[in-house]
Amino acid sequence: MRQTPLHAIHLESGARMVPFAGWSMPLHYGSQIAEHHAVRREAGVFDVSHMGVVDLRGEDAESFLRRLLANDVARLREPGRALYTTMLAEDGGILDDLIVYRLAPGRFRIVVNAATREKDLDWMRRQATGHDVTIALREDLAMIAVQGPKARERVASVLCERFDPERLLALPRFAAIETDGWMIARTGYTGEDGFELILPAAESAALWRSLIAQGVTPAGLGARDTLRLEAGMLLYGQDMDETVSPLECGLAWTVVFDPPDRDFIGRRALERQREEGLRRELAGVVLPSGGILRSGTPIETPLGPGLVTSGGFGPTVGCSIGLARVPAGAGDALIARLRDRELPLRRVKPPFAREGRSLLPP
Amino acid sequence: MTEIPGDLKYLRSHEWVRREDTRRAVVGISDFAQAQLGDLVYVELPKVGTRVSAGDACAVVESVKAASDVYSPVSGVVVAVNEALADKPETINEDAYGEGWLFAVEMDDPSELEDLLDADGYAALLEDQDR
Repeated sequence: MRQTPLHAIHLESGARMVPFAGWSMPLHYGSQIAEHHAVRREAGVFDVSHMGVVDLRGEDAESFLRRLLANDVARLREPGRALYTTMLAEDGGILDDLIVYRLAPGRFRIVVNAATREKDLDWMRRQATGHDVTIALREDLAMIAVQGPKARERVASVLCERFDPERLLALPRFAAIETDGWMIARTGYTGEDGFELILPAAESAALWRSLIAQGVTPAGLGARDTLRLEAGMLLYGQDMDETVSPLECGLAWTVVFDPPDRDFIGRRALERQREEGLRRELAGVVLPSGGILRSGTPIETPLGPGLVTSGGFGPTVGCSIGLARVPAGAGDALIARLRDRELPLRRVKPPFAREGRSLLPP
Repeated sequence: MTEIPGDLKYLRSHEWVRREDTRRAVVGISDFAQAQLGDLVYVELPKVGTRVSAGDACAVVESVKAASDVYSPVSGVVVAVNEALADKPETINEDAYGEGWLFAVEMDDPSELEDLLDADGYAALLEDQDR
């Protein structure tokens, strides 16, 4: 089982450690729900060093990424800007979802999922043949997410000697700055404001301790999952995988078809899907009472079966919510099968909650 | 360390039962069980008046992590359920052996209690699972 540079701190903080994609990771440090609320109301810190940081350099880095990714890095007009995208197979299936940062001319950084990093690297290297681009997995770095309404000011105060606090606090959403091998980006996976920091592994423990000393709550994978679910953010391997295209799981907004001559991998398959009509779509569902939706809970719709791909209890909304895959055009009359009971669902457009409050209609 | 009160009986599936008088027994889940499940978020209890047999799944507790059946340790009729859990399932995390009780059974045959684990037996079971 692989360990992050913060493993010893997790143990000394009383974390319940669980295996996740080959890594030993903290599930929670006592109460997953308390950690969830801490992030919605104040600030929480997550160790996400299991994610893969991949640096790309070279004359062809941009043209390579414009072919590799379904979103278009040409839209990153200046260094220090980021975008969210999928990486597709030729048939339009999703190989991974990732964030790509333009750092400098000829230099990009992408952050991929822990479970897919080897597969991704292999795919990228194969696609890179003939391009002037080097692809390097950065195993010397740690990654820490600090999220919540107070997150940015806490980070700015802890790092005031390294980063000008004013500059840090002025960073726009989906922007990043770099200094001395540290990268700070105003991105996240919780539906709250905050930063993600990528820094030398050896310096991560000191940063973690300073944040805790500032009153930031350590939060585990459990809270990360309920926060992202409430925020309507998809999880690779559950809400999407190689059998689904971005057009069929609510990610059409991340696919850029213009200009028409940008031949990204999967483009033709997606165009065919659009012509022939989509078979499936993403639905946000709420179960006001009667149980908890789980990944795999069957759903009945007027057009045939669907299923919950991510489900759980949303601490901020106060009931069970889920992301579901249903036949395209299934409408609002959705029913969950839970322990042999048929429970009517309320269909809503995600997100369910973000920035401290529930978005569910009363 | 997990708490295992000496005056209770236990099932291998981590329920506890407390005999309150000759025929009445109160049932809950152990401190070990609540810790394994994590924060509880939903509880489904039997209806008062339901007849249960020892070993029947008659309640469900759901945590942030998973749903888990609760088995009745004894046979009889459900005479009370802890309604307060509907709004505050986290009471089970906070006080598994007290305010976090699930339901009470009027027992058909109190001698069934003799077949259950005592605190030492339950502690040994947990130790075995740990290894």
